[in-house]
Parts: sequence; structure tokens; C-alpha cells
Amino acid sequence: MVQWDPFVLTFKLATITTVILFLLSVPLAYWLTYSRYKIKYVVEALVSLPLILPPSVLGFYLLLAFSPRNAFGKFLEQYLDLRLVFTFEGLIVASILYSLPFMVQPIHNGLKLLPASLVEASYTLGKGRLTTLLRVLLPNIRTSLITAIVLSFAHTIGEFGVVLMVGGNIPRETRVVSIALYDEVEAMNYGQANLYAVTLLLFAFLTLLIVYLVNYRSRITKVI
Amino acid sequence: MKKNSLALLFLILGNFALAQNNDQILIAAASDLKFALDSLVTVFKGAHPSAVVDVTYGSSGKLYEQISHSAPFDLFFSADIEYPLRLKKSGVTASDVYAYGVGRIVIWSLMDPKNDMATFLLKPSIRKIAIANPQHAPYGRRAEEALKYFDVYDRIKPKLVYGENISQTAQFVTAGAAEAGIIALSLALSPAMKKLNGHYYIIPENTHQPLEQGFVVLKSAENNSLANDFKNFMLGSAAATILSNFGFTKK
Repeated sequence: MVQWDPFVLTFKLATITTVILFLLSVPLAYWLTYSRYKIKYVVEALVSLPLILPPSVLGFYLLLAFSPRNAFGKFLEQYLDLRLVFTFEGLIVASILYSLPFMVQPIHNGLKLLPASLVEASYTLGKGRLTTLLRVLLPNIRTSLITAIVLSFAHTIGEFGVVLMVGGNIPRETRVVSIALYDEVEAMNYGQANLYAVTLLLFAFLTLLIVYLVNYRSRITKVI
Repeated sequence: MKKNSLALLFLILGNFALAQNNDQILIAAASDLKFALDSLVTVFKGAHPSAVVDVTYGSSGKLYEQISHSAPFDLFFSADIEYPLRLKKSGVTASDVYAYGVGRIVIWSLMDPKNDMATFLLKPSIRKIAIANPQHAPYGRRAEEALKYFDVYDRIKPKLVYGENISQTAQFVTAGAAEAGIIALSLALSPAMKKLNGHYYIIPENTHQPLEQGFVVLKSAENNSLANDFKNFMLGSAAATILSNFGFTKK
């Protein structure tokens, strides 16, 4: 019996996470690029933490924070009727934190590499900051945006440790593909485990292939 | 146009969201029940065709922790009755705690232990021995006690590898990652393990504290009639027969 629920759930989690992350990361990357405040280096370090932090560290603190036994979890439950521990909503919050550098860094790097003259020209022509961002900057870093979106989506799909700790392996709620795979191995269902594993492997490979192709093609067009 | 397709996407995604209702229960169960409970659920569903019964397996200690942190489970089946009793004390349960059987531990190996546990485990050809993590898996604690009873614990300690729960421990041995393992009888009797033609030796009960199993309905299922039905089903004779087929004895 093939279980499709984990695939649906994983896809849903990655999609919602990527959309929210994109909306958060564009302003954040913009601020990191153009701010003159020194504190931006602290923020940049914080954003990049999930790159090197073991997922269990993030999972541990999120578990404590989300638990209704503690202040933050209690606050969410009492005032917003929202429970984040062992729920899909909690996984979204965890995934956003966990994949944040994968969205912010490519956008930030893209913006940094744009020549200052581009912004200046736009301002000289009387365009405001928002128009400049939306009509000049973002269209010029299209490749970085695609990279950021594809990597964040893929990285969310590849999540395991954080989900294991704050998700609780609940069918159709928090049992994503990577967790379902772990579960099937434990239950000695190697056939089903293999189906999950092969799918994840192919997906990861295709993702990277797309990223490299997009980057390669954009370099060619620039030379021309 | 872009905005519309985004809205449409959310609409589609929203439809995947599950409707919480009375036709649905979520069970947290100790891993020793992996195969027994799957059978029990199948039989239960025969009488409740529209019911959705989902089970999450794990070590009893870990599931206890999750329930204490308000994981949304409706029933909890523990390999150690102590955990549900503790939950009852902290007021997150909605029923009495029922003992449904006593679990047994076995040595399982593809090699024949020849009914002499101590000598078998000390053999140099047995390089790794899998037991469940005694910190949160009751079967791991009982395994340690039995090893100490046979006075081999200190000598074989360097060989021990720890499974996250008892079914991962069984998986370690069946995959050949460990030459021997101390696992639940209920797993050794499952079709998945029987077909591997391994050998098992039931460890005498007097070598360790009893593995008294217990279950309880949790507060989140207070008004869930299906959870109540499942409780009654578990207390009935059909369930008792299935449990005894998987090696659970009555106290």
C-alpha cells in the first residue's frame, strides 16, 4: 500500500514556507544590503545560524518555546488560540527559521553585486525606494531570486531533525516524507522506505540541476 | 493574474487540511505494539468502516514527554503502565488506566543462542548487541536488568548499541547491523520478523521487573465517541486474543 499523504504534506509545507519566506526575505535582504547600521552584521550572523547549527539545537529551543507549559507557548494559546508544538503551523514556523539563510543569502548576494549606478540612475529619474526595488533591483537579480526560491523549497523538503523534535510524527499533520521514511525503516518496510528515499533523491538532484542550469544560462546571456 | 493563481494555490492547499471530527482518532503507541496494534486496528475498522485510526509509534518515554507537552493524541498505549499513571496524576487523561498485558523480552539473532544467553552474548562472533535506549524505552531498562541478572552486563557493555525504541532495535538486528538484540516478544512473533528465520530465546521473567503495559484515553478525546469505542474494543475478548497471539500475557 503506497502512502501518498506524506508527499502531499511535504509539498504543502514547502510551498507555504517558501511563499512566506520570500515575502520576509526580500525586505530583510534589502535592509542587509543598504543599511548603514553596524547591527546588520549581527542580524546577518543570526540569519545564517541554521547553516551551521545542528537542527537538534533549533528543535530543542523551539520545543521549549512552543510548549504551552512555557510563557511563549502559553501566550500563543491564550491570546491567539494557536498551538505550535506538534502541529503543522509549528512546522511552518520552524521551517521558516530553518530555511531562512537559503532564501536571504542568494537575494542579499544578488543585490550586493548590482552596480550602485543602477540605484542612482533610478533615483535621479525621480523614482522612490519601493519602485526602485520592485522595478529595477528585483528584475535585475532574477537569477538570484530563482536560486533562492528553489533552494529554500528544496531545503524545507530535506528537513528532518527539526521536524522530528517539534513535529511528533503525526499522520497528515507533521509526518513529512523524511520522517515517514525513518518510520518505515523502523517498521522494516523497506519497499515503502525505498519509494520515499528514491523520490527524495531524484528531487534533490533535479533541484540542483535546475539551479546550476539557471545560473549557467544567465552567465551566458550576460556575456552576449 | 499572479495574485489570482497564488490565491488559487492556497485554496487548493486549504482543502488538504484535515477535518477534525468524531470519526477520527490518533493513537500514540509503544513500538512493541507495532504489529499487534496494526492487527487490532484492522479488526476494529471492520466494525467501524468509516473510522480513521492513525497510530504514531515511538518509545513510551518519548511519547509520554510529547503528551506532557500537549501533543494531540487521543489514546496512549505504553509499554510501562507507570507513564499513563503519571499522566493521570497530572490530569491530562479522560479515563482510567487499563492494564492490557505483560510484555516479554527475548534475545533475537540470526545465529542460534542455544538457550544459553550469557555464553551466547559473550561470544567474540557477537560483536554488537542491540537494546532499546534504557533512558526512555521500558524494554531497554528490562534488557539491562536481565543482563545484570546474568552478570554479563559489564563485560558486554562495550558491545551494546542503542535503538531509539524497541522496533528500531529489532530493525538493527534484522538488518544485520547487530548480531544479536534484546527485543520484544511481540515483535519476534510478527510476520515481518518470522519470515527472516531468526532464532529467539525468551528471557525468564524472574530476571527483570515486569513489563506491565497500560493504556489510557487522553483529555483531547474526552468527547470523542470513537476513542471510547476503541477503549471498549481493547477491553473485549477479540482484542485479548490478538494480544495473546503477539505474546502478551495476562498478569
